[in-house]
Amino acid sequence: MDRQLLIASTLCYFTAVMHTLLAIRERISRPRRFNFFAIGAGFLFQTAFLSVRGHALGRCPITNLFEVFIFLAWSVALIYLLVGPAYRLSLMGAFTAPLVFVLQTFALIAPIDVPARVRVAANPWLEFHASMSMIAYGAFALACVAGVMYLVQERQLKTHQLHTVFSNLPPLTNLYAAITRLLWLGFVLYTAGLVSGFFTGGPLPRVKMICAFAIWLFYGAILQGRHLHRLAPKRVAALCIVAFGAAVSVLWAINFVSQSRPM
Amino acid sequence: MNLFCVGISHHTAKVETRERYALQRSEEVLRSESGCDETLLLATCNRVEVYGSAGAPVPTERITNCLVRGGAGTAEDASVFYRYEGEECVRHLFRVVSGLDSMVIGETDILGQVKKSYASARESGSVGPRLHRLFQRAFRVAKHVRTRTDITRGAVSVGSVAVDLAVKIFGDLGERKVLLLGAGETSERTARALTSRGVTDIRVSNRSFERAESLAALVRGRAISFHEWAKQCGEIDILISSTAAEEPLLTPDILGPMIRERSDRPLFIIDIAVPRDVAPEVNEMDGVFLYDIDSLQSIAEQSLALRRQQIAAGEEIIAEHVTDFRRWFGRTGDTPASAIRTGSGGLDDAALGISKL
Repeated sequence: MDRQLLIASTLCYFTAVMHTLLAIRERISRPRRFNFFAIGAGFLFQTAFLSVRGHALGRCPITNLFEVFIFLAWSVALIYLLVGPAYRLSLMGAFTAPLVFVLQTFALIAPIDVPARVRVAANPWLEFHASMSMIAYGAFALACVAGVMYLVQERQLKTHQLHTVFSNLPPLTNLYAAITRLLWLGFVLYTAGLVSGFFTGGPLPRVKMICAFAIWLFYGAILQGRHLHRLAPKRVAALCIVAFGAAVSVLWAINFVSQSRPM
Repeated sequence: MNLFCVGISHHTAKVETRERYALQRSEEVLRSESGCDETLLLATCNRVEVYGSAGAPVPTERITNCLVRGGAGTAEDASVFYRYEGEECVRHLFRVVSGLDSMVIGETDILGQVKKSYASARESGSVGPRLHRLFQRAFRVAKHVRTRTDITRGAVSVGSVAVDLAVKIFGDLGERKVLLLGAGETSERTARALTSRGVTDIRVSNRSFERAESLAALVRGRAISFHEWAKQCGEIDILISSTAAEEPLLTPDILGPMIRERSDRPLFIIDIAVPRDVAPEVNEMDGVFLYDIDSLQSIAEQSLALRRQQIAAGEEIIAEHVTDFRRWFGRTGDTPASAIRTGSGGLDDAALGISKL
């Protein structure tokens, strides 16, 4: 039942991706509203999936890599739905849908939906820690998406090639403002997740702590560089992509470690 | 029932010919003298057209005689007038109002001009139910073509390209500061285009301070001494340069220290001077976007080419509406007809008797 909900959600994102591709092919620059509703529908199915899975587990469904991927995809969609319209960055949906689609398709195809070997009793602090960290990842993912959009737009403006398929991207200053806000949002949530990890009660795994702290420092350094104007906007955008790549790698590593130890 | 259009446009005549034609009398007089039941005159800088509806054929000459400025018309002019009948008249109007027949394809001013002509004709009582229905449908068609195709997309003049680029960089232009360096005509047009998009802070600097002052007055800006323009580079967002300098005024070495304090604010430089005022290497600097006259014109041409690609899609929409409109006419008891596009003359007028919509 829960996988069917996930398949329905993935199909919604697939529809958004196909709609974007068709719009690009026909050079129509208005796929926004459709994408917003397709992602909204996908988000509802995702939420239903997480709810069903959560009730079955009796805890927040982030117990294996499969669930981590779905929770991450859900967080990306959540932040997009909250941030996209607010900053008039609806076109971000054209970039967000493929990311979520890939995450979910990978989760559905790869044999990673393996129940955790050690079943841990429900712990509110642990669940808060995990969910905050995952939502922070969603914000970082969208900062990465906005970073890609910024670099594409900047490149188009520098090379005077304005009639490419991405000719309708938002203004540079709007994208930069969105990157900054998403970075701050992600950083605050990640900090909350990191701090709450100390209240989980169990022994703190050293590797996890070092990795998580390194990511926190990386994003902190980007924000500091941006705040002090030491980093040009183009570099901030590029670093958002690098940082998210690093964060996802670390997430994978943390989960790999968690396969042998409880989360 | 004849529904027809007689006109002259930039496609068939040069401005020297077009300017000899305009309505010299009221629209009511046009209607009564031409013998039409309904008439509507559309006069813009690129076309003068009369749309009419009559129970009997109306010779083209009768229409052109109403348009010619006192004795200014020549015998050769007759050949530059075109005439569309029935379905082709409907199609022509739909093309005109959608910007497909315009000199700049996809321009939207024509819709406003047609609406104004319609309002004027309606006020004078020269528009009846058929032209009313035809023009109401034409306005719908224009909206459909505009919203369902990209025919209006992209800027097609240097000024509008500059504005589009500024919007792509800054978004809202309301708070942006602009410096005009040099007081050329293109700078003025570009500044006006920016003003129309909300820019209020415009500074003008020129070797001749008097010229700077007069341009500043025109664009509601303020004049700045030519010796002080460099100091402005830390503050401004858009620089439009068009001086007659022989050597570049801005190079990365000169601009670097000027914009060091700008932090993360982009600088958009429009260099419309020939020879160029800004060294091309400036475009390599972080946060600086440099466009010269060639790159602006190239973008305008690309936009125009893209608009041309949309013509077929626009024609499809128009064809659907023409068919639909023909059905409506059929329901009202009239017969569809084929079209005639000719110069004026007795032979063609004779054919009009069988051209009924």
